[in-house]
Amino acid sequence: MGTRRYVLGKVAQALLTLAFVMVFNFFLFRVIPGDPAALLLRGTTAFNPENVAQIQEELGLNEPLLGQFVTYVENTLTLTFGQSFFLRGQDVAEVISGRIWPTLLLVGTSTIASAAIGLIIGIYGGWKHGGKFDVGSQGFTLFVYAMPEFWFGILVLMAFAGGVGPFPALFPAGGYETPGADLTGWEHVSDVLNHLALPWFVLTVAYLGEYALIMRNSLIDVMNDDFVMTARAKGVREKQILWRHVVPNAMLPTFTLVLLSLGFIFGGAITIEYVFSYPGLGLLTVQAIDSKDFPLLQGLFLLFSAAVIIANLVADITYSYLDPRVRAG
Amino acid sequence: MRPPEALPTFEGGPPTGGELEPTPPEVPKSARAILWTRRRLSAKRIWRTYRKSRLGMAGLVVLIFFIAVAIFAPLLAPEEGLEATCPCNGVPFSPPSAEFPLGTDNFGRSVLTLTIWGSRISLTVGLLATAISMLIGSLIGIVAGYRGGATESVLMRFTDWFLVIPFLPLAIVLASILGRSLLVIIFVIGVTSWPGTARIVRAQVLSVKTRPYVERSRALGASGWHLNTRHILPNVGPLIFANTILTVAIAILSESTLAFLGLGDPLSISWGTILDFAFSAGAASAGQWWWLVPPGLAIVFVVLGFTMCGFALDEILNPKLRER
Repeated sequence: MGTRRYVLGKVAQALLTLAFVMVFNFFLFRVIPGDPAALLLRGTTAFNPENVAQIQEELGLNEPLLGQFVTYVENTLTLTFGQSFFLRGQDVAEVISGRIWPTLLLVGTSTIASAAIGLIIGIYGGWKHGGKFDVGSQGFTLFVYAMPEFWFGILVLMAFAGGVGPFPALFPAGGYETPGADLTGWEHVSDVLNHLALPWFVLTVAYLGEYALIMRNSLIDVMNDDFVMTARAKGVREKQILWRHVVPNAMLPTFTLVLLSLGFIFGGAITIEYVFSYPGLGLLTVQAIDSKDFPLLQGLFLLFSAAVIIANLVADITYSYLDPRVRAG
Repeated sequence: MRPPEALPTFEGGPPTGGELEPTPPEVPKSARAILWTRRRLSAKRIWRTYRKSRLGMAGLVVLIFFIAVAIFAPLLAPEEGLEATCPCNGVPFSPPSAEFPLGTDNFGRSVLTLTIWGSRISLTVGLLATAISMLIGSLIGIVAGYRGGATESVLMRFTDWFLVIPFLPLAIVLASILGRSLLVIIFVIGVTSWPGTARIVRAQVLSVKTRPYVERSRALGASGWHLNTRHILPNVGPLIFANTILTVAIAILSESTLAFLGLGDPLSISWGTILDFAFSAGAASAGQWWWLVPPGLAIVFVVLGFTMCGFALDEILNPKLRER
């Protein structure tokens, strides 16, 4: 199969998946038991039949299902996603776009950091597998895997933002920057970084293990390949074998994992952003849950899914260039 | 995640002479009896290999401990201790003391009691959600693998779609639409965590389907039902089992996450809801570690236990890993 056909096939598949998610997303929010308008107003003082009727009108819930679907598709394709329940008068797209940057900064940088550190741990662990370092890092990986990330976040928050015993609080407890401080230039940068430090650390540690594990296992696989034995027989130095022969080949699966995890950049830190009240998309999701803001949740869900689909596509295509064998398969 | 010392040495092939039951030749055995003998022997063989895995045995001990705690919860701590108005409660927010070994929460309830009773809900949700997930995953995997053709393409495309939808956002959306109850949480975790199983099962069915004994049976005129229940399922079963154990760990983690985000059933106490209440009540900023650490540690140990058992079993039962 030619490269062009392979790539086009993958793009078509991704578009189909996106279409599925779009349709799925529409019906997901139409299976709400009961009336969304009533659900929205329940427990508030504005809960009376007139208000419910008015909201039904505003949300277009009186239209036939097909009409609602057309409106939904229009809203999605124009990337406005309709109006938020919670922040009346604002388009979902506006609400979301205001929150993208903090999340990108937090999850993007921590993904890169954990991939880099995880790779190194995996390489050393796998090269001397069975050694002390390997057993230690495996135990660590297993432990981190079993730990709910939000719980780890809470512990870190308690230790470094609340202060433990004689140690003072080292970092701010949450947020993106000091509110109302109005800093500029370097002071602003250092303020933002100061707020970023704790959630960044938690995310980096939480994701480390996965990279270390994949790298280690694929390194061990490659170490048993014939070309490594050939290199040994030729008398290539061990260091050369590791860095020139084994690591480049073992990088493939890890590289794919890094690309795939870029898909989780938007939706990957929901609980951590909540713990550190970091004003990104994750915290927005929690706020949308609390205020039953279904259009907002719908928009967020579509964004999170689309990111994963696109990351998958990019990973597939990149992988086919790095390893031409898959194109033939 | 397999420390090398845990690598089990699996001897493939038929059991050696010593392991076979001594069968007196004059008693003819029914086919069923032979089948059961064979199954018992293979279970014995798996157990013997499993016992050698330090990782697996450690996991098993941890699991037995927590399951015992969940079963004997009424003996370990009185149920009234869960009531906010119980006269047995102490001073709210008090740190660990002789009377309350793990301190108290905002109602003065003993955190130890909450954690002990929390194990019931957390384990139940984990197990039931896994049962749903396994049912859907195995069914789709077996039907796709066995039927092949168009059925397979449709089912697998469907599976791929579910695989791409990010799990946590989907679970959050479903749980917030359907409301806060224990059944919803079980259902949500169950219907969002099956795609991985479906793929593993399908791959195994594809490999079993082409084995000579299945072809022989088909040539003899066996029905699809017979082939599936007698030949394919028994061969795919062990793999599904190993996968189930690993899925329970994920389900328990998911439950705690959903509960922490305020989507759990507020009336039933799981480790996740304890953490949700504690965090919402400001336990982190007040430094009330005794309220936050025990339920979290319980989650860590149970998940570790299931994962370790799952890995050890997978090592024995998964043909792909066994070859290595």
